[in-house]
Amino acid sequence: MSLALQTRPDFPILERRVNGRPLIYLDSAASSQKPRQVIEAVKLYYERSHANVHRSIHTLGEEATALLETARDSVKEFIGAEHREEIVFTRGTTDAINLVAQAVGRAFAPGDEVIVTEMEHHSNLIPWQILARDRSVKLKAVPIVAEGFLDLDAFDRLFTERTRLVALTHVSNVLGTINPVGKIVARCRRAGSLVLVDGAQAVPHLSVNVARLAPDFYVFSGHKMLGPTGIGVLYGRREVLEGLEPAWGGGEMIKEVWLDRAQWNELPWRFEPGTPPIAPAVGLGAAVEYLGKLGMERVLAHEQELTRLCLDRLGALEEVTLYGPRNPEIKGAVVAFNVKGWHPHDGAALLDQDGIAVRAGHHCAMPLMRKLGIVGTLRASFSVFNTPEEIEVLARSVANLKFQL
Amino acid sequence: MAWNLSFAVTGRYHRSVLYSSVIHERFRRPRFRGELPDPDAQFEDVNPLCGDRVRMALTFGNGGIAQARFLGDSCAICTAAADILAEMVHGRAFSEAEKIGVSDLLSRLEADIRPSRIKCVTLPLQVLKGALGQVGSRT
Repeated sequence: MSLALQTRPDFPILERRVNGRPLIYLDSAASSQKPRQVIEAVKLYYERSHANVHRSIHTLGEEATALLETARDSVKEFIGAEHREEIVFTRGTTDAINLVAQAVGRAFAPGDEVIVTEMEHHSNLIPWQILARDRSVKLKAVPIVAEGFLDLDAFDRLFTERTRLVALTHVSNVLGTINPVGKIVARCRRAGSLVLVDGAQAVPHLSVNVARLAPDFYVFSGHKMLGPTGIGVLYGRREVLEGLEPAWGGGEMIKEVWLDRAQWNELPWRFEPGTPPIAPAVGLGAAVEYLGKLGMERVLAHEQELTRLCLDRLGALEEVTLYGPRNPEIKGAVVAFNVKGWHPHDGAALLDQDGIAVRAGHHCAMPLMRKLGIVGTLRASFSVFNTPEEIEVLARSVANLKFQL
Repeated sequence: MAWNLSFAVTGRYHRSVLYSSVIHERFRRPRFRGELPDPDAQFEDVNPLCGDRVRMALTFGNGGIAQARFLGDSCAICTAAADILAEMVHGRAFSEAEKIGVSDLLSRLEADIRPSRIKCVTLPLQVLKGALGQVGSRT
């Protein structure tokens, strides 16, 4: 059975009709829909086991703690981390990147350098801009070339002995480019620079193994991978996290406190001040179990087929411009495009009339839009539940736009 | 959000409503789009939601706005709103132009604008206010 046929009954929202048509949800890169298994796990947690975690002696407190820590173990397994101390729960990718920027940036000196790329989401750009401003750190960007690949020669030239950290996306949220992160991570590690990989668009679609990739930091969000909003993960290599001061203070992240000082807690709790997002973490645990059961190889193959079909169908329309690599084998589950004569927002509003949900705009990547010389794009993105038929409907609706000019 | 549910349940937003003939007409054939050489005031702003950019240029005379023109890389709603707004202020006294509000623009657009697109209407208005803010410094 195809992956879509198998999984569709698990997603209650797919029963909805939008503007009188069956919902065709092609916006998973912004936020994916949730299977019953995730919704039920969150519901069950609230109905049966909710209490604050870690210092509650009562039964519910112990249950909640066990559920939270089990979710951590599930995530650890899912991304192939070696140690559970390496899995820090955050509010999302953005939160995780800000955490790293705060924590590592404290030790940066004026003139130190951070390298990002031209294809970063604002969430992997602005935290470094703030750091650059506050600590007089120099921010550089690796340019993109051709269909949207990183210029690795330029990267080599930008890299100097002052380079303290490289922050780059694993998969571009607009172009879909899968970056050669293995190569870049190895290069950074050899040269003694820290490296952060933004995996928000990778973990939901590819099989990621952080122990093999071995970056210093790898971050991603729960809500883009069938999990709830408000939960994300910062994977940090244990040796790196051990040497790192906490970004933010509060309860939970300390061992012992005096009025004028405190001793930090063990990993990973040192980086989790305050009550964590317990229910979202439980939901994320259910999401990674769901994806794990499907098998990420199968998920990847399914989504590559959809990407290939979408590129073929939209690419055949004269009025459509595609962005990013044309080869689905080296592309995430995302297709950005524009339709001649249509502003992306108008195009998206008209597609919505056919029940089709696509993203439109700059996709939080304004520097990339500027580089491409456009205001924005339409973007279709795929998940486990999408079908080839849905892509055909999209292509027909896009083709019909020209009759509405 | 109640408004969102009402769309889904009633399905009352059809193409004809989403893009009224006014919006369609003004987007395809704007009347006040273009450069204004040597303007007395001009202002530009951007819609952070979509990156749309609108610039409005004004010339002054007789205690009011003599001419108004806009330029913009913007969607149909935003372009239509800017075009209608330029027409509305053209040849009007400052005091009258300052009084124009979102509801005036919406009624001229003859369309129900969804909450997610209301910024497309308010951006040109914001840009006009910015340009009018320069009145004092020029006169």
